[in-house]
Amino acid sequence: MKHLVKSVAVLLGADPKKPQADDYTPEASAMHAEQRADKSRIEAIHLEIAHKAQNKIPEKWRRRRWTVLIVANLLFVVSFQLDIQMLEGALTGSRFVGFHMADLNSALQVMLAYKEVGINLMIGTTTVLIMWWLLGGRTFCSWVCPYHLLAEWAEMAHDYLARKKIVKDHPFDRRVRTFFWIVFALLAIVTGYTVFETISPTGILSRALIYGPGIALVWVATLLLFEIFYSKRAWCRYACPIGLTYGLVGAVSPLKVTYNLSKCFHEAECKKVCEVPHVLDVVVKGRATEVDLFIGADCTHCGRCVDACPTHSLNLEFKGLGQLLK
Amino acid sequence: MAKLKKTSRGKQKARRQFLRTVVLGVGVVGVSLLGYIPVLGRWRERVRPPGALQEHEFLSACIKCGQCVQVCPVNAIKLADLDEGFGIGAPYIDTRKQACDFSCDGLQCVLACPTGALTHHINYSHETEMAIARVVNEKQCLAVIGEGFKGQARGESFKGKLRYEDVDRWNPIKVSEYPYDLELCDLCVRQCPIEIRIAQCEAGKPPSGDENQCPPQHAIKLETIASEDGTVRKRPVILDGCVGCGVCEMICPPEPAVIVMDSTESRGMAA
Repeated sequence: MKHLVKSVAVLLGADPKKPQADDYTPEASAMHAEQRADKSRIEAIHLEIAHKAQNKIPEKWRRRRWTVLIVANLLFVVSFQLDIQMLEGALTGSRFVGFHMADLNSALQVMLAYKEVGINLMIGTTTVLIMWWLLGGRTFCSWVCPYHLLAEWAEMAHDYLARKKIVKDHPFDRRVRTFFWIVFALLAIVTGYTVFETISPTGILSRALIYGPGIALVWVATLLLFEIFYSKRAWCRYACPIGLTYGLVGAVSPLKVTYNLSKCFHEAECKKVCEVPHVLDVVVKGRATEVDLFIGADCTHCGRCVDACPTHSLNLEFKGLGQLLK
Repeated sequence: MAKLKKTSRGKQKARRQFLRTVVLGVGVVGVSLLGYIPVLGRWRERVRPPGALQEHEFLSACIKCGQCVQVCPVNAIKLADLDEGFGIGAPYIDTRKQACDFSCDGLQCVLACPTGALTHHINYSHETEMAIARVVNEKQCLAVIGEGFKGQARGESFKGKLRYEDVDRWNPIKVSEYPYDLELCDLCVRQCPIEIRIAQCEAGKPPSGDENQCPPQHAIKLETIASEDGTVRKRPVILDGCVGCGVCEMICPPEPAVIVMDSTESRGMAA
């Protein structure tokens, strides 16, 4: 339960806290002490880093993820264009071989704005809620959302320009995403319009892919340019209420990235590639309070840390619900 | 001393981040609220698909998914772009380009709607209230002038489709593939889906064999006008049974059309 509270607090924008002395399990404390005393580890770390520089680890999870993301979005496109009716609609609301599905955040906006919930919307929302609870909330973001893929490319451009010292990352206070979530919920209630939908790059891109492009893509391009030249991954990290909605759903999800302290060299290769590095605070030397831990709710299960970790201390796993709530 | 300097720099950094964040917060919310302008200013008064709730409720309830677009056999439904603000992604019908001719019979768009923005309380074409047809350009009306019509109603390049029961009950064809030869132009009445249904019902053949499909009221008629020179002249008159589907506007040969759709009243936006 303590882990869950911490994980949700970080999701909402709190900075990860340094654990207190009595937070550690005896096993974890012993392991930290052992690691501090073991001088050979330093050498091993240097060896590992040198080895990694020479051997690029294949990005297995990224390849899988991009495939799933592209296939999912193409399924929408061909369902309409070729009229095969597999996955009708767009990401905001759809029907998979006839079964209703509704994006949780879009459904929430409609419910708050319209203040009535029809049976089909209820079915669609519940189906998707169960689906993304099982598959881990923000998994939607990195495995399905079309903006995420474009943002990853923008991130590559940003990193390239940053290495050339042309651009610099300007981080924001992460609590602003919670502010957006609350403001857009309130705006839907007060105005009676689905205000967030107007600027949601997820909805805009999904519709553009399926029904053809429009001027709304200018807004998406603006966001991408902002991320390339000013603030890395800004929309997904600091703004998108969809991510927060799914993050809350995934807080108690059985699919998690797991961390094992015993193998970790604390090189922080994982944090370098992570979209939401605050969830990887536990990998910092001395922070893990237990030998085995789950990565928090803001994690999108993109698997980049799993690919990047030279010691296989991070893994993408399904866990029993009991273990999650401990 | 060095430590003091470092702290103040750290503080400055934190202050900058805070200010940046405030600007981001206000900026993003501000941009989203720009979407209010086209809605409040009524930049576009759209004809919405059959069963659409009153405009405000419709935009609230619509989840902007386009499932209605996908089921329409004549591709009458399009989705609005960002220039319609909060209406982005909401479906509309550009009746002059492609009207709803109810060729699906079962109101497929209503059935497809996941949220009830297209209300599930209606089942038949005559129960819809998309708009009301208005005769705005009577002087140009071929029937008023007393002229017939020969050829393709909207020219060769017109892409709009209609269902012609005598050609194919299930597949709508292009209007350009169905040339007419009329002594006096009566296209608006001839192609009116409500009038077609009434005629079918009177002939004892209601659509899909369902009596409920029979409209209770006529939608449009041609009324003879007094003519001094002996030519037969008629004018289109819109009746209570009009549902605003827009087929009369779409089929009308003159440019601009003699009849247009007015959606303000039916959409709860009357001044």
